[in-house]
Amino acid sequence: MEMTANGWTQILFFYGTILAVTVPMGAFLYRVLEGHDHFLKRPLGWLERLCYRLGGVNGAEQTWQAYSAGMLAFSAFTLLVTYGVQRLQHVLPWNPQGLGAVEATSSFNTAASFTTNTNWQGYVGEAVMSYFSQMAGLAWHNFISAAAGIAIAVALARGITRKGDGKGPGTIGNFWVDLTRVTVYVLLPISFVFALVFVSQGMIQNLAPYTEATTLEGARQVIAGGPFASQEAIKQFGTNGGGPLNANAAHPFENPNPFTNFLSMILIFAIPAGLTYTFGRMAGDTRHGWAIFGAMSFLFFAGVAVAYWAEAGGSPTIVNSLAVDPGLGNMEGKEVRFGVASSALYATVTTDASCGAVNSMHDSFTALGGLVPLFNIQLGEVVFGGVGAGLYGMLVMALLSVFIAGLMVGRTPEYLGKKVETREVKLAMLYVLVFPLTILAFTAWSVLAPYGLSSLNNQGPHGLSEILYAFTSATGNNGSAFAGISANTPWYNTALGLAMLIGRFWMIIPALAIAGILAGKKASPPGPGTLPTTGPLFASLLVGVILIVGALTFFPVLSLGPIVEHFLAQAGKVF
Amino acid sequence: MTSVKAVSAWEGPILRAAALESFRKLDPRHMAKNPVMFVVEVASVLTTLIWLRDLAAPAPEALPVWFTGQVSAWLWFTVLFANFAEALAEGRGKAQAAALRGLRQETMARKLVDGRELKVPASSLRKGDVVVVEATQMIPGDGEVIEGIASVDESAVTGESAPVIRESGGDRSAVTGGTRVLSDRIVVRIGVDPGHSFLDRIIGLVEGAKRQKTPNEIALSVLLSGMTIIFLIACVTLVPFGLYSGLQFSATVIVALLVCLIPTTIGGLLSAIGIAGMDRLIRHNVIPMSGRAVEAAGDVDTMLLDKTGTITLGNRMASELIPAPGEPVEHLAEAAQIASLADETPEGRSIVVLAKERYKLRGRELRPETARAGGAVFVPFSAQTRMSGCDMDGRVIRKGALDAITRHVAALGGRVPQEVEMVAATIAKSGGTPLAVSEGARVLGVVHLKDIVKGGIKERFARFRSMGLRTVMITGDNPLTAAAIAAEAGVDDFLAEATPEMKLALIREEQARGKLVAMTGDGTNDAPALAQADVAIAMNTGTQAAREAGNMVDLDSNPTKLLEVVEVGKQLLMTRGCLTTFSIANDVAKYFAILPAMFMAVFPEIAPLNVMGLASPESAILSAVIFNALIIVALIPLALRGVAYRPLGAAALLRRSLLIYGVGGVVAPFVGIKLIDMVLSAIGLV
Repeated sequence: MEMTANGWTQILFFYGTILAVTVPMGAFLYRVLEGHDHFLKRPLGWLERLCYRLGGVNGAEQTWQAYSAGMLAFSAFTLLVTYGVQRLQHVLPWNPQGLGAVEATSSFNTAASFTTNTNWQGYVGEAVMSYFSQMAGLAWHNFISAAAGIAIAVALARGITRKGDGKGPGTIGNFWVDLTRVTVYVLLPISFVFALVFVSQGMIQNLAPYTEATTLEGARQVIAGGPFASQEAIKQFGTNGGGPLNANAAHPFENPNPFTNFLSMILIFAIPAGLTYTFGRMAGDTRHGWAIFGAMSFLFFAGVAVAYWAEAGGSPTIVNSLAVDPGLGNMEGKEVRFGVASSALYATVTTDASCGAVNSMHDSFTALGGLVPLFNIQLGEVVFGGVGAGLYGMLVMALLSVFIAGLMVGRTPEYLGKKVETREVKLAMLYVLVFPLTILAFTAWSVLAPYGLSSLNNQGPHGLSEILYAFTSATGNNGSAFAGISANTPWYNTALGLAMLIGRFWMIIPALAIAGILAGKKASPPGPGTLPTTGPLFASLLVGVILIVGALTFFPVLSLGPIVEHFLAQAGKVF
Repeated sequence: MTSVKAVSAWEGPILRAAALESFRKLDPRHMAKNPVMFVVEVASVLTTLIWLRDLAAPAPEALPVWFTGQVSAWLWFTVLFANFAEALAEGRGKAQAAALRGLRQETMARKLVDGRELKVPASSLRKGDVVVVEATQMIPGDGEVIEGIASVDESAVTGESAPVIRESGGDRSAVTGGTRVLSDRIVVRIGVDPGHSFLDRIIGLVEGAKRQKTPNEIALSVLLSGMTIIFLIACVTLVPFGLYSGLQFSATVIVALLVCLIPTTIGGLLSAIGIAGMDRLIRHNVIPMSGRAVEAAGDVDTMLLDKTGTITLGNRMASELIPAPGEPVEHLAEAAQIASLADETPEGRSIVVLAKERYKLRGRELRPETARAGGAVFVPFSAQTRMSGCDMDGRVIRKGALDAITRHVAALGGRVPQEVEMVAATIAKSGGTPLAVSEGARVLGVVHLKDIVKGGIKERFARFRSMGLRTVMITGDNPLTAAAIAAEAGVDDFLAEATPEMKLALIREEQARGKLVAMTGDGTNDAPALAQADVAIAMNTGTQAAREAGNMVDLDSNPTKLLEVVEVGKQLLMTRGCLTTFSIANDVAKYFAILPAMFMAVFPEIAPLNVMGLASPESAILSAVIFNALIIVALIPLALRGVAYRPLGAAALLRRSLLIYGVGGVVAPFVGIKLIDMVLSAIGLV
């Protein structure tokens, strides 16, 4: 099948909507996070103040060490709570199915997963999690892990844009204040509105036991239900991606129609796109924010174009051997409600951002089509990216781009007027090292160990892609699965859980350290001799550095996975 | 210029010494300082051991011995080529240092102890010792003239053959050890302990003996080490991925891939670039006191330039004589000439010349000596009176600034005609300096002294403006004069009626706005500003205090050098950036050469990835390794010479560099590897 005008219209309409959402969202985030006045301050201010009173928060400016300590303590605490809730599920309320305690490694995996905004689900939601676990153990993480991510992005943005006095590190805001403001003014109200919209579209919302039905064939079937709409809104808006059902957004209860499908994708990109504008405002030059937006847009279109083209083309072997209508493209693992274009778009969006919700099975994509979500995550999830995580990832890449490019114009590199020196480069490299180290080392371990290989349902290059995808998704805090691999084993639960924690915190700490150091630096005003950080030149530089770093790191393993699989498929071999 | 002179890197002895040195540098203790090349050295040892093992007992599944042997050889060459580049850059400095060291011959000094002279070896002199030096003797150490005046031949240090005057007090009191007194006798207080003299420092610097990595170089090394670790992970994990896929990679192949991917090109040339950057400055006769200063030079935002000597020719010239109403111009000319007879300043001489040539006052060819004999008394310029002149035959002739003359004639009961004041104001407005001439209580008129802006300076400033540098002219002139000259020279701003305090305040103010400031200076009163500036070039003719405060010394004492210094700094950073980009961009082609070759055995379907159509897997890997080694040699001249700097805006410069070194860096190895592959196949090495 060819790509169609209809398909591209969907993609362009989606992009146009994101473009329209960026400024209002970004401006609102700016007002909320920088403590300015905004329209929700009056109706919801009491809630913010209540949070401070309960938590004993004084709201004083923090150094990067204090900010990190707050973030780490908070994350550790919430991780333990979620672990505890799962282990004690059988004695806790709202458990109409009478589900027992969740297994230890799975509980650790899930706790790590939701704390890190990954929302990788090694378990089958409807079969092991009670309503209480879903809501008290998991759903609130969707808010706070997202809020923590945004807080860190804004802290880094403050570090970069604040004018320091040149005497040691500066302050970067207050973690508790940032966390509270984002949750109270942004995540809660908008999720509430969209939950209602979703319910109006037929998404279910109840606390009733699962429905038992008898099918036409006379077979008994248990149909899982629950409070879906409320979780669905924040699942997308906070780029969490963990749905209550195993089929995730491919299930009609979680994603009833093309309109909810479209809204879901808008929700995924809304905050990450808006944050580029927020950053532009903080930097005092929205053109810089747009340059970052432009770089992200280019990578987004490159991804969606390849995925759509590959999926529309389908697999020649399957078409020939199974007598499938070639006009459909590759429909294996896709919902007929959404079709090829929308599935390719959704797969790109969910992996550009660190969402991980899926409306089709990435495992069933063609080799190249499946390469797109995989490579999107491996780029560092900076194509809009996770809420907050996308921006701080992008800013670290910008720092590295500016370092190399700054030298090329004959000056000590500076980013928005601040000198990029040894300590910042060291921290940025520490940040960049996380991906190759965690993804490649764990994947290599898994393909050597029998307990790693035994989970595979597919052999050959496709099997390698599946393991690689699992660790990529975990380290990137994405949470989408390539499936085809039984990940609910002690090894994968533990290893993936560790990968998620490393992928989150090993990246956040250097980012915050950079923020602190830069916050204290003096900024020199831009001039004709300084590297421009606006316009297409800077955007393409950023794209180049992101692609080169990603490609050079992962090209060897990708060529043994999806790339060789592609050539084998061309030659008529499938896995 | 004879001493610190350009020594070509490509001269036979230097090349031979560098070749030898590159083997000596294989010492792991030395290599460990450069993580990227250290990895290559370890890789070379590893493949060599594998080769020796295969040679002794070939394992059936091992790669052919000739292949492992050739890979090992080229890996060693990679290390050696990098060492060679560094040795070559150092070699040039060493040759210069040897020439300088010849100056440090043992001399005897005449040390003054309690008023008595003692003969002691120069090397025993300490800071604070006082010595006497007379004509034809060598000055035994750096110091300050505390008594007397002498002409000194400093050609040994500066290369300038004309002798210079050194005298106690003022801004010309510093003397350098190793220079020779030509006339008279001076008493010098030694300012440094042995081993810390100016000459010692120059030798240390040009030799690179005490070379420390500069801040930016360290930051870049961190980046390169980080990339090396990433590639190490990518290559090592390829072994298990291969095992999973049924591929057994040999250590030789993995090592070859690793060495090709890590940034050896920039890693191998990094220290050579740094040394060569220092060297380029030294060839401009500017001695940087640290590598940090050279780097900072590239970052300069604001340049403070003294008007005199930098923007204008060192001296103002009399261009016109404007008589007061009722005074004949000849009378004015005669008086001006008499007042300037003993004035040895260029301005004074120019008045004499003007009077002589324009007003044909040849008849009054008085020489100061004969005038003195005739009872004339010359009144030299002093800071208090701000006048000079001559009392002769009962005539009291003075010339000076208008306000000084006004006070002078007022004291004698005269007054300045309004017309003269107007003329003076017009001259000042046009950028000139009015010099009033008086005889007794009468004001005769005004001499128009004009600043002559150096040819081509305006274009130079335009060039620097396009680079983003702001130029500020510093002058003691009044604001009107300063504005006119500033406009004529095309500087961005000026500081008029500047005092050392104002200069210091200006630097602080610029720095508070996050700007880097460069300046030149020579006087003791410049020292605080020099110490405050980020890039401070002290003139070699300047005082010891100025030389201590600056972070560079210009041996030619040419303030215009600042411009070259900034260019050298920029060039240094650009060369690093461009070669880093090139090095990383190269990796794309190397992947396309090596990976298909590695996977071909199990996945022949991957053949389309072999876009270069390389002859065989062995040839592909070998070609990539050879290209990786040869590119270092190919880029040595560029590393030593530096990337050409063009005064374009940053955006244009970046676009250009990205095109040449980024896009070029992607394309070049495709061509290079293919060519090497063809050659290898043709001569049957694979």
